Amino acid sequence: MGAIALMPLPGAEAIDLERIALQLEFSLHRDVTLAESLRHVDQAYDPSRDQYNSRTLIDLLRGLVPRDAERVLGVTSVDLFIPVLTFVFGEAQLGGPAGVVSFFRLDNRFYGLPENGELLLARLVKECVHEIGHTYGLLHCPDPDCVMRSSTYVEQIDLKPANFCIECARSVQPDGPSSRMR
Amino acid sequence: MSGQNGKILVVDDELSVRDSLREWFVQDGHEVETAAEAQEALRHLQDRQNEWDIVLVDIKMPGMDGMELQRRIHELDPGVAVIMITAYASVDTAVAALKSGAYDYITKPFDPDNLSNLIRKALQQRALQRENLRLRDQISDLERGNEIIGRSRQMQEVYELVRTVAPTDSTVIIRGESGTGKELVARAIHVHSNRRYFPLIPVNCGALAEGILESELFGHERGAFTGAHYRRKGKLEMADGGTLFLDEIGNIAKKTQMDLLRVLETKQFTRLGGSEVVTADFRVVCATNRNLELALQEGEFLEELYYRVNVFTIHLPPLRERKNDIPLLVEHFVCKYGMAMGKRIEKISPDALDRLMQHSWPGNVRELENAVERAMVVGHPPRLERDDFSLHLGNGPPRAGSESLEEVEQEHIRNVLEKHGWNITRSAEILGINRVTLYNKIRKYELRKD
Repeated sequence: MGAIALMPLPGAEAIDLERIALQLEFSLHRDVTLAESLRHVDQAYDPSRDQYNSRTLIDLLRGLVPRDAERVLGVTSVDLFIPVLTFVFGEAQLGGPAGVVSFFRLDNRFYGLPENGELLLARLVKECVHEIGHTYGLLHCPDPDCVMRSSTYVEQIDLKPANFCIECARSVQPDGPSSRMR
Repeated sequence: MSGQNGKILVVDDELSVRDSLREWFVQDGHEVETAAEAQEALRHLQDRQNEWDIVLVDIKMPGMDGMELQRRIHELDPGVAVIMITAYASVDTAVAALKSGAYDYITKPFDPDNLSNLIRKALQQRALQRENLRLRDQISDLERGNEIIGRSRQMQEVYELVRTVAPTDSTVIIRGESGTGKELVARAIHVHSNRRYFPLIPVNCGALAEGILESELFGHERGAFTGAHYRRKGKLEMADGGTLFLDEIGNIAKKTQMDLLRVLETKQFTRLGGSEVVTADFRVVCATNRNLELALQEGEFLEELYYRVNVFTIHLPPLRERKNDIPLLVEHFVCKYGMAMGKRIEKISPDALDRLMQHSWPGNVRELENAVERAMVVGHPPRLERDDFSLHLGNGPPRAGSESLEEVEQEHIRNVLEKHGWNITRSAEILGINRVTLYNKIRKYELRKD
């Protein structure tokens, strides 16, 4: 069973990634390792938007999957976007080896609320599991009790758990179907 | 659930726009095609006439522009929802497109939530055109999946009530003892209503102190209080178009009941620190395990609120009155926790099942679920045995014991490891989990060989 590598990208040092890795292991039943940091991602920066293009980051990460891992997930504090959207919490290649998650908009302080480190970690874990789910071919799930439920604003992340529903869990198991079309 | 996913055609001459939208929609489960120009789009529409739900069209394209394309699309398929994509400079053109029949327009770059809402609204409109009668048939799958489990006569009656009330917009109150699954019924109502394209937003009224409910429900404006740099949506706004599920409505404070009543009557409110009146269109489903009539007599529940919410009642039976559903429920929870724990339990011994059938289940389905979860932790694959289940005797609710599930798990893992001389492979085999999971648990509980 292949491991998942968490790769610190710029700003990730603000987060306890070891704790995130441990929680991901419990949610995913797979080994989660910490990869070497990737410090320079300037090619993804778009000065006109003061944001980073998540697709460019994924293209970078695809070539950096560690040998002992089958997936790589970048974690960063910078604000991400895709060309048509104002922002994304994260993005992953559907059925592919790479994904990226940002905690820029997961932090209560972004919304003018008091800092809440535990809530931030809980949100980040959910987004990481969600994007990893996409890398294993999972689509968004209509079940409100599934981490694959789509979230377009931060409060929606709080409403869902960090785990897959039965059907999605079955699909990400090594012997499960590789993708789930609804 | 069927009906939420659509067929979407994206027409834009910019490759990055086509790719971004394709990826975004595919992850939502939609079927997506793209076209770089109008002629290619029209070919897609002709090839699969009347199959498309939404066409997103960039207004400014070389050759045939978006306005002209929109007219041609509607000649081919008058029911399809055409959404115009504009840049700031072309908003006037987009307004003109609306006048000539476009469903809506959206300005680049899109806010993810606005895009998501727009697509859901367009799909809802398209689906309603097509499926008026099909809706009733879809309700027959109420007892499947992760929704409500049970084939007993009592649950059949509940399904019938859900079937009756779901397509209406009536307020529903679900009554039943703690742990009977009131939230699942609320979900079933939502999922089988015309509001299913929009969110179901649960609010646990019993857990909210006076004052907190306000900010939780109404949200706040930028600058509402120190540090409020951004506007934040409240639960009422999040439920717009969908269903607001007010759990434990019988436990809220009197002052908060008045605030709630006002909102339920008008569906209007202002965000904290704001003056703009916000209107949210939501259906109300609430639940309680309290005797509301008694609370009314004792002056603890507002009469006006009682009549506002007490429109259509669904009573959920306690588990002791539908014991023949226990085997089905056990099978469901074994499957659920088997997946979560990575443990393959294939059956439950007749002796164990007999024990479960004899128990009075004062904590209802939730207590049964907890009992199965605990048994899954200590039980050995492939079968759960009678002694794997630790049930509380008597009719009182289960006590908050000193042994949490984690403590039981930790103790059990330690015992197995010690019994097998810390042989990880052997212990993992006995525990029915893989070695990686066992290592994780050893790390989590900081277990060490003495």
